[in-house]
Amino acid sequence: MVAQPSNFKRFVEVGRVVLVNEGPSAGKLAVIVEIIDHNRALIDGPTTSVPRQPFSYRNLILTPYTLARLPRGAGSGPVKKAIEKAGVMEKWEASGWAKKLAARQLRTTSNDFDRFQIQLAKRARRDLVSKAFVKEKKAAA
Amino acid sequence: MSDIFLRILSFWQDLVDISEKHQLINRMGRFIEYSVVGRKLPTDADPNPKLYRMRIFAPNEVVAKSRFWYYLRQLKKAKKASGEIVGVNVIHEKKPLKVKNFAIWIKYDSRSGTHNMVKEFRALSRAEAVEAMYQDMAARHRARFRSVQILRVAEVEKKDDIRRPYIKQLLEPGLRFPLPHRNTKSKAWFAASRPSTWA
Repeated sequence: MVAQPSNFKRFVEVGRVVLVNEGPSAGKLAVIVEIIDHNRALIDGPTTSVPRQPFSYRNLILTPYTLARLPRGAGSGPVKKAIEKAGVMEKWEASGWAKKLAARQLRTTSNDFDRFQIQLAKRARRDLVSKAFVKEKKAAA
Repeated sequence: MSDIFLRILSFWQDLVDISEKHQLINRMGRFIEYSVVGRKLPTDADPNPKLYRMRIFAPNEVVAKSRFWYYLRQLKKAKKASGEIVGVNVIHEKKPLKVKNFAIWIKYDSRSGTHNMVKEFRALSRAEAVEAMYQDMAARHRARFRSVQILRVAEVEKKDDIRRPYIKQLLEPGLRFPLPHRNTKSKAWFAASRPSTWA
């Protein structure tokens, strides 16, 4: 099939990096290794310990990353090499999306003491800001 | 008041747990491939009756044995009352992580007659393909388990031997397609805004 011009930017295709959104591997990156049918694909995440398994597109989120020229049904070894060569994990960790997910994770796992420390830090920041503001105001007047 | 609220919450959690368990069972697949071996009971006239072996797709051993006798009494002069099951074994898929194309030959009793069909499925195992076939027959023809007889299940190795266009289109080189209609659901108990359903 010739790649036709399309308004869509992310496609289900062999080599597409996906974010698993359901099950024990939720929140991890994997790669579409083979398209099974219109509802499912075989995914594999050798660098993120996502076992090779069939997965419904409904529970996958397509990321902007692809592994170029990954053959159909490639084994875990070649997939791992391709991921490392494309530098997908580095790109992912530097992305705002991954940072937001990590921050959200951190917030949900924070305990009472963590939240107390955040409260103190916020108070200190407010103090600095308000003092600087008053100083500027006096200088301007 | 809050006590009642908490109780409702925990009840909900139980319901969610149960449904997740069921999902897990469903994901394992409803059909298992069995190899059932049976024979007629030995008599003085025939002390060593012939053994018959069948590959049967069934949700459990009990149904597998029952289907064995159903088919055997149609094919040979043998029935459960005068026969015995020698062995029931599960046949496991050799390569359960390889995507294969299966063709399934079936005989199906519709409301008005009997038809033969060949259907093709893309699946990871024979049992999975058979499960998809029963779902497909139920959906398109309202056929129940009892009105479908599987004649043959075989992997189609060569691409040129695929008959159905709905499987052929999945084998094109460089296949790709977008996911145009995503229905994203919030996983939180409460959503701040109504879900959008128009796109």
